Amino acid sequence: MAADREERRFAEVSRDSVKLMAESAGLELGDEVAALLAEDVCYRLREAAQSSAQFMRHAKRKKLTVDDFNKALRWSNVEAICGYGAQDAMLFRSVKEGELFFVEDRDINLIELALATNIPKGCAETMVRANVAYLDGKGNVGPQGTVPAAVQSLSDDLLKYYQQITRAILGEDPHLMKVALQDLQSNSKIAALLPYFVYVISGVKSVSHDLEQLNRLLHMVKSLVQNPYLYLGSYVRSLVSSVMYCILEPLAASINPLNDHWTLRDYAALLLSHIFWTHGDLVSGLYRQILLSLQKVLSDPVRPLCSHYGAVVGLHALGWKAVERVLFPHLPAYWANLQAVLDDYSVSNAQVKADGHKVYGAILVAVERLLKMKALSLPQPAEGCSSSQPGCLAGPMGYRVSSPGLSPPPEPLAEAGLGIASHLQAGGAGCQWEEWSPVPLPAMYSELYSFFGDSLAVRFSTEQSFGGFSPCTPSHFRETRKEPLGHVSNPDTTRKMPQLTANLNISPRQDGSPRTDPPPPSLAATGSVRSLARSSMQRSRASSSRSGQRSIGLSRDVFPKARFTSPHSGPPTFSFVIGGRQMGRRCQGRRPFQTIFVPTPPPPVVLPRVYTHKLPVIGRVCKPLRRWTRSHYSLHLPL
Amino acid sequence: MAAVQGGMVDAKDELDIKSEPPSDGFGNSNANDGRLLSSSPGAGTGGTATGNNKPAPGPPEEQQTLLAVLQFLKKSKLAESAEILRREAGLPEDALDPKGTDASGSGPGLAAGSGQVDGVDASSLLSRVTVSSSAAAQAPKKAAAGEDQPDVSVVLSAYSQQGDPSLYDAYYSGLKRFIESVLDCHRAELSQLFYPLFVHMYLELVYNNNESVAKAFFEKFSGDQECYYEQDLRILSSLTKKEHMKGNETLLDFRTSKFVLRISRDSYQLLKRHLQERQNNQIWNIIQEHLYIDIFDGMPRSKSQIDAMSGSLAGEARREANKAKVFYGLLKEPEIELPLDDEDEEAENEEGKPKKKKPKKDSMGSKSKKQDPNAPLQTRIPLPELKDSDKLDKIMYMKESTKRIRLGSDNLPSICFYTFLNAYQGLTAVDVTDDSSLIAGGFADSTVRVWSVTPKKLRKVKSAADLNLIDKESDDVLERIMDEKTASELKILYGHSGPVYGISFSPDRNYLLSSSEDGTIRLWSLQTFTCLVGYKGHNYPVWDTQFSPYGYYFVSGGHDRVARLWATDHYQPLRIFAGHLADITCTRFHPNSNYVATGSSDRTIRLWDVLNGNCVRIFTGHKGPIHALAFSPNGKFLASGATDGRVLLWDIGHGLMVGELKGHTDTIYSLRFSRDGEILASGSMDNTVRLWDAMKAFDDLETDDFTAATGHIHLQDNSQELLLGTYMTKSTPVLHLHFTRRNLLLAAGAYNP
Repeated sequence: MAADREERRFAEVSRDSVKLMAESAGLELGDEVAALLAEDVCYRLREAAQSSAQFMRHAKRKKLTVDDFNKALRWSNVEAICGYGAQDAMLFRSVKEGELFFVEDRDINLIELALATNIPKGCAETMVRANVAYLDGKGNVGPQGTVPAAVQSLSDDLLKYYQQITRAILGEDPHLMKVALQDLQSNSKIAALLPYFVYVISGVKSVSHDLEQLNRLLHMVKSLVQNPYLYLGSYVRSLVSSVMYCILEPLAASINPLNDHWTLRDYAALLLSHIFWTHGDLVSGLYRQILLSLQKVLSDPVRPLCSHYGAVVGLHALGWKAVERVLFPHLPAYWANLQAVLDDYSVSNAQVKADGHKVYGAILVAVERLLKMKALSLPQPAEGCSSSQPGCLAGPMGYRVSSPGLSPPPEPLAEAGLGIASHLQAGGAGCQWEEWSPVPLPAMYSELYSFFGDSLAVRFSTEQSFGGFSPCTPSHFRETRKEPLGHVSNPDTTRKMPQLTANLNISPRQDGSPRTDPPPPSLAATGSVRSLARSSMQRSRASSSRSGQRSIGLSRDVFPKARFTSPHSGPPTFSFVIGGRQMGRRCQGRRPFQTIFVPTPPPPVVLPRVYTHKLPVIGRVCKPLRRWTRSHYSLHLPL
Repeated sequence: MAAVQGGMVDAKDELDIKSEPPSDGFGNSNANDGRLLSSSPGAGTGGTATGNNKPAPGPPEEQQTLLAVLQFLKKSKLAESAEILRREAGLPEDALDPKGTDASGSGPGLAAGSGQVDGVDASSLLSRVTVSSSAAAQAPKKAAAGEDQPDVSVVLSAYSQQGDPSLYDAYYSGLKRFIESVLDCHRAELSQLFYPLFVHMYLELVYNNNESVAKAFFEKFSGDQECYYEQDLRILSSLTKKEHMKGNETLLDFRTSKFVLRISRDSYQLLKRHLQERQNNQIWNIIQEHLYIDIFDGMPRSKSQIDAMSGSLAGEARREANKAKVFYGLLKEPEIELPLDDEDEEAENEEGKPKKKKPKKDSMGSKSKKQDPNAPLQTRIPLPELKDSDKLDKIMYMKESTKRIRLGSDNLPSICFYTFLNAYQGLTAVDVTDDSSLIAGGFADSTVRVWSVTPKKLRKVKSAADLNLIDKESDDVLERIMDEKTASELKILYGHSGPVYGISFSPDRNYLLSSSEDGTIRLWSLQTFTCLVGYKGHNYPVWDTQFSPYGYYFVSGGHDRVARLWATDHYQPLRIFAGHLADITCTRFHPNSNYVATGSSDRTIRLWDVLNGNCVRIFTGHKGPIHALAFSPNGKFLASGATDGRVLLWDIGHGLMVGELKGHTDTIYSLRFSRDGEILASGSMDNTVRLWDAMKAFDDLETDDFTAATGHIHLQDNSQELLLGTYMTKSTPVLHLHFTRRNLLLAAGAYNP
């Protein structure tokens, strides 16, 4: 306003202006009068401007309008000025000759206006619209918030996105699906859609006949879980329950033996472990609950074998501790049932028996990892740094490498001990492991051995076989290795080992069976007693079954074999844990019993190295580690 | 009371009475006079010497005179004489009790009629008030138009004594030199004299027609004044003629109220000695007549301490003005049984998260049960009884509050912004119901628009004819009376004839108040969406209005410089709170409904006792008109925001400034505490919402006893630590803030392209 211009200088109405105005009103003013009037007019103007500012402030504007000024005039009992209400700026013009300034008035043709056909519509309706800024704990406006969709409804864009994504994922085009999954995994703005996606995923129950769809939904879970911008909150429960469904339920799809529902279960289990590792904080409350339900399934003999299989891989997915806690103590009871299935050679039982072998393989994998982990965890304190190191170091490596998307943080000891895909035999390897295990382990081992017989031992040896991939180290290490062996190994174990190794050679398929986890010390102690009693009989049973299978296996092998060969060469390249294992396991069922396969183990060459391999892992970290990461090692980790 | 000198007291008292303008009771900043006037200005002014405002019948006026004498006697410490006079005149014992424990709220002129202290019930309160207010209503009218001219001349005549105009310059620069030469510790305090002296000397020069001298004087010394007086100086500079002085409101403020300075005894002695030595009578006269020097013992204050408190139109508040006891505690909530076993909670239990909430609920329960020692009596102000629907709402409230998010510096609320689009007609006020189901906007085109922000649409009650057809016995009669055909998201209320500057929902969501430039306040029904009452009385633009948290009462304040307390069923105000020197720009009820806070263009905030109409707190420190006020939920603190972009925090109990929040770059139009008081949100013209750590701001200060005793605050500059977040809007000034019952922050404003 006028008052604001310069410091304390005001717009002044000159004497002449006053005179002119008076003239136009038909009055003649003297100079003195005009001067006084001019001054007074200035003052009144300033006063009016000041009080009009008050109206502006209360209207919460920064712009003084004619309206404000008029209000000020009105409240000081002065007539308001009319005709200046328009929002547009007014044109202020000068006429050169007369030094006149004036506001231009526009001429308006009323007739035209009245007869105009384009009647203005008037301005849009005043409305209120809500926008929400979700703040995270630090007060940053999150791209998405911790309060999912509390207030807002879906915008059209989001809705469209949702439709496109679901259509792409559940549709036919694999490429589209990949893109959609990728976006789901990295999009930062889909928080509001989370509940909808979760709902879609919960639809697993309605498509249990369609492996393909189940698989896609699981991939969707994976993408959501991996999206770093999403806070899953309580929705994680729903996701977990969908995943559990895929793991445990006797899916309609599994009725047809041609359907590879095993892969699905493995993938689901992998996903489960991934969720637990990456969203541990959200699901910690679920851990027990899930253990219980797994145990329930496992102990329910009425359930089909594929459910049992799911339970086992599920346990395996939850970590070796879970295996130790649930599977191991339950094994003796379960074994009887399984054995019965496996021992039934009738043709009608063929399919069931094949399933039984699957379960058998899965248990074997789980148990071996258990043993391995046990073995690793126990020696650690005893052997000090050398032994502990490998665990720690290998661990992180392993998980990083593991399947592309899924990178569960490692159980610290898990990786080092696990040798998976080893179909290799290596007699020496067996001993090696033995020497590692301190007191409680042997007990557990002996009990497990009573069930699995030589297959168990093979597992260990195989893992060393991986070492074989490291070309340079082998011989060198082997020597260092041997010395400690001599000291530590107790006579029994050493003696046992050779036996095992002998068997090992025969059973190449064990590669598929994952490694075992070592059982807890306490169990091992008690187990030893039991195992002694059992061992003899069981071993015989095991061997018999094995031999039996071999014979029977022939008939069934046909298709599995065909599939099998290729994976063999492949194992190192598998980045995908489950897939890899799956293959192996499938073979397991049959292979162990088939001599046919003997040639298959392609990496037998590595045998010597296998042995040595362990050393590098333990003692020297760097080189072997890298190798491992690239190779099969990745396969073991996730489970 | 720190009287300046024995001799001066009398003169001053006389002056107080004489110069009491009948208009708005300007002199009310003085606590004693304030009691006389504020409760019933009409009656109060009737007794003053000027006496041109004849309100009530004869007897009260006589009584007024007696009271004035009585007051004088008391002031002069002639207790016995006062007692004798009181007895002989038959005045009630507490007629002059400055604490106002009389609790009647009636003007003293009516005190005889309502002597009984207790038994404050609604009817008695109201009846007393309505009698007095009939007289009171006239007062503001006077203040309004140009009628007050004769009084002004009385006021101005004080300037007529004149010294030699040419010497003014010398006087002032002499004082300036003295103050600059004085010890550092005194300089800051004595510098306070500059501004009021400058103003009064300038006005004297103008009044005595020494225009050119005045101009030169202004040119020479105006640059020395504190920058926060710039606004006033600008007004002053435009004033160069004696004729202009009439009717200039700012000028009236200077003349009729004494500028208050707080100076330590040492500094004051220094000043007095200097002036006496120099025989500088001109300045001494001004000090005696126009300034009020509040002397305290102890350390002189520092520059920053002074700056924090100064800035208002009439200097700082006198210390005694803030001495009255304030019952800032909360009222006990009525106990309502809460059905605990509802489905909601069970559902939550399954989710597995409810454990944390249990203890919280307990603490809440206990909070409402224990009696707060600082709380007023439950019946101090008669409150409306709870209806069944209110109880239901309370239950809803409690349920919601169990789900409330606990906020803190590491857990900020999410913000939902309601943008008014296409508001070309100018959005001027916004309010949201407590349960956040309705939002209303007041517009410059005189309309009030109410939106439903839930899926539930707004429906009118059926017409009378249709209502007759309804089965009144049916259970869902409340549903049946609604006319489904009228359901819509938006209802527009027409009735005002000027911009709507303030709106407020009643707590029960049945009514809406709106105050407008047309000088009226209107009460609207949200059942029928029609206007029920138009409250007239302000006669000038009404800038703000607000419902009491318990409903029924409401307060309004406007351009006529008074705030009024109304009850919805009375067309005249129950109380008139007069004392501000300029427009009242915002009004807020204390959470316990016993007090009202008003912010004004005179850059002060006042707290008024609803019971007796007294001004119990005056807060100075803002450097611009105050546009936002907010009480903390526990009733202990007040936050205020002004055009200077600062938020100041006040401790009501101690009457102290306890914090300053700097950050906004433009007028603050909205302030709100979160439901538990941990976060203070401020919304401003600068298109931002800022969140402040209120817990921390209040925690840091609790312990300082010295400050509490002397009133000298020392603020650390920690605004940046307290600022938790700044959130920009898209060129949308933030006019309103509201925390939902679960502590989600709602903000509203009109998009301003």
